[in-house]
Amino acid sequence: MERSKRQKQRKVLLMGRSGAGKSSMRSIVFSNYVARDVRRLGATVDVEHSNIRFMGNLMLNLWDCGGQDSFVESYLTNQRSHVFTHVAVLIFVFDVSSKDTASDMLSFASTIRALHEYSPSSRIFVLIHKMDLVPPEEKTAIFQKKSSDIRKACEDEEFLPDQVGFWATSIWDQSLYRAWTQVIYYLVPNASAIENMLSKLADVLDARELMLYERTTCLVVTHISRGSEVKNPFADRFERLSSILKTHKHSMAKHTGTMASEVSFAEMQVKTGSFMFFITRLTENTNLAIVIANDEAAFNCARINVQLAKKEFAHLDIMEKKAKDPQRAARDSVAAEEDARGSEDGDMSSQGQPSDR
Amino acid sequence: MHTLFGENILSPPPQEEEQASTNPFDLAFNSNPPATSDASGGSSLQQNDWLTQHVQNLSVVDGATSYSHGEQSGPPPRRKGNPRLLFMGLRRCGKSSVQKVVFEKLPPAETLYLEATTKIERASMQSFMTFDSAELPTSLPVQSPDYDHASIFTNIGSVIWIIDSQDEYLTSISELLRLAVFLAENYPRINLEVFIHKTDGLSEEYKYDTFREVRQRVQDELTDYGYGDRPVSYYQTSIFDHSIFEAMSKVIMKLLPALPSMETLLTKLCSTCRIQKAYLFDTLSKIYIATDTSPTFLKDYEVCSDYVDVIVDIKQLYGWRDEGKQGDQNSIEESMVSFDKSGDTYIYTREISNNLSLICLMGQGSGPNMRPVLDYNVEILNGALQKVFKV
Ligand SMILES: Nc1nc2c(ncn2[C@@H]2O[C@H](COP(=O)(O)OP(=O)(O)OP(=O)(O)O)[C@@H](O)[C@H]2O)c(=O)[nH]1
Ligand SMILES: Nc1nc2c(ncn2[C@@H]2O[C@H](COP(=O)(O)OP(=O)(O)OP(=O)(O)O)[C@@H](O)[C@H]2O)c(=O)[nH]1
Ligand SMILES: [Mg+2]
Ligand SMILES: [Mg+2]
Repeated sequence: MERSKRQKQRKVLLMGRSGAGKSSMRSIVFSNYVARDVRRLGATVDVEHSNIRFMGNLMLNLWDCGGQDSFVESYLTNQRSHVFTHVAVLIFVFDVSSKDTASDMLSFASTIRALHEYSPSSRIFVLIHKMDLVPPEEKTAIFQKKSSDIRKACEDEEFLPDQVGFWATSIWDQSLYRAWTQVIYYLVPNASAIENMLSKLADVLDARELMLYERTTCLVVTHISRGSEVKNPFADRFERLSSILKTHKHSMAKHTGTMASEVSFAEMQVKTGSFMFFITRLTENTNLAIVIANDEAAFNCARINVQLAKKEFAHLDIMEKKAKDPQRAARDSVAAEEDARGSEDGDMSSQGQPSDR
Repeated sequence: MHTLFGENILSPPPQEEEQASTNPFDLAFNSNPPATSDASGGSSLQQNDWLTQHVQNLSVVDGATSYSHGEQSGPPPRRKGNPRLLFMGLRRCGKSSVQKVVFEKLPPAETLYLEATTKIERASMQSFMTFDSAELPTSLPVQSPDYDHASIFTNIGSVIWIIDSQDEYLTSISELLRLAVFLAENYPRINLEVFIHKTDGLSEEYKYDTFREVRQRVQDELTDYGYGDRPVSYYQTSIFDHSIFEAMSKVIMKLLPALPSMETLLTKLCSTCRIQKAYLFDTLSKIYIATDTSPTFLKDYEVCSDYVDVIVDIKQLYGWRDEGKQGDQNSIEESMVSFDKSGDTYIYTREISNNLSLICLMGQGSGPNMRPVLDYNVEILNGALQKVFKV
């Protein structure tokens, strides 16, 4: 699919059967819930929309589609074109502990049939969710079995293999962030341009690693690894960092008595005998985490250089804004207002209505 | 074509040396000890006379410290070695849970599956110091005259009596009184600590009332027995939040002979550097072994303890190169994170030795300008503490 700079609004459908865990993951990733709080969520009625800004030029338009059969029925019939047009990504959530796998598959098949009809070039992220309920020794086998069944269904509906990806997730560990990071990376319209600039910045700083992450979600948008850091044995460190920073956010919020959505620090530094690490703001919505060698002078220098580099990244945002689609103007100005109120970490999503399942 | 990051971008070292003097952050973040950086060390010395004055004061404390610690004259050492704790209480009150959550890092939710304890169960944690603890099964008649109680109570520093506050607790209180009298008669040096436990899920009001009632009853009855002057301390605890760690910290602190000197050092540091609260943390157990004398609040401990986790996690992710080998001995491990965008209030941490860190909550007015003063004084504190612990 085309990665046009103009099309900044990206429609993401979050679907799956009722109780699969869609609203739970949305609340944790986007609305600063902690995992143990999601039990309080009620079943989603119809569709809940959330908008979230990434890097100033990507507006994620998330549709959390209630999964009860009557709603799904309506998405597939009278709301069919409304729901399935202009979709960039479908995230379909399977509850791995579900007893009714036949119906799960049927529901999935009819959903992607509609998707293929209206958005044939969209991308499908299949999440095999609640993996925490599977005994560790069975995880791999079960995940592979599920994925191959689902892949088969995708092929039947004429989706190409590289249009579909599979992730094992759970709200109880960082696997949730791994999957969502991939979604974001896929959606960021100018990822390669950002990467290019970050990579030059990394050279100037002689950094081992740079990670750019969005502040509300703590999702890593992109990262640059240099030199021996490429060999870092913690391949999952990016989603781990997301998870660490999110937890930290909750801790700070609790201490200051504010909402987790309002917490944002100016700077974090960790200096050790073998590396130095710091996080600072880069753009309106993003922070940059930097890892360099243990060298005080280089560290001070890097801090200043990042400050200087900031305006180059802001520049990137503005260029994108100039290419604004007039139809989007209204929406963007709403977002701008949000920013003006200082809630760039703001929680712009609507909460689930408690209701009986 | 415009250059990538503007012409005025600073180049990386080694040229950085010359720029350092004009660099506004040089002072703010120069954390090297004066020995390696004469310029800044010297200037901070002359910067403020009161600082020098203060340093002299500190070294007086320092001297006093090594004296009382080294000679151990005056009152004989109360107990040798490391803190030793004994958990007691009625059936299912949570003894095993506390011991395992604190010293064996068992996730609190997994305590649900713990089985009843039938024999003495020990736990030990090797960290900056070694913590030893044991759980006494309810079935042991340790207070009966023909039981060899010396084998259990000798060398114990504190007995922790746990009361399940979600259950009927009158029986527990009368058992506690028997224990208190027994200890007062046989082991007057053992501290008696009472955990009013499982406070999670209770309303604030109920928690407060229970706490007051337990304390009142025990105190009244002890007075009737003629032991009213025996200090008993009470804590509200739960394994599902930080309260159990804070309570354990307070219990353990009392057992450390060096506590008064550490407290004095920390209190002085706080007043000099506008620190709201300072802790010395055993980073592995998350128990603090000293804090300044200002009032303690659970929420201060919480945020510091959580931040220690952040540091430990980040160190794990990026410290993989020196797994097994010691890091650069001369480098200082320190960290900070600001509370908000202004950066005026922040948490500062500094490693004193392996598994021991100074953690400070910096109050208003302790922004970047305060950093040289902080760095300088922390360096002195570090030296003093090294002597206290002889690490
Ligand atoms: N064990 C486990 N439970 C989960 C996980 N994610 C969600 N849940 C639980 O699944 C239940 C249903 O979650 P929801 O997010 O409300 O489900 P939903 O998919 O939004 O349901 P509808 O809105 O009806 O479509 C909640 O009680 C969660 O606690 C997970 O990763 N592991
Ligand atoms: N709600 C709550 N439950 C707790 C807490 N601490 C322990 N429990 C629960 O209390 C129950 C008993 O805990 P144990 O640690 O086995 O109690 P014990 O005192 O060792 O019991 P015995 O060895 O049989 O005497 C377990 O189900 C724990 O999960 C707490 O702080 N809050
Ligand atoms: Mg839902
Ligand atoms: Mg037990």
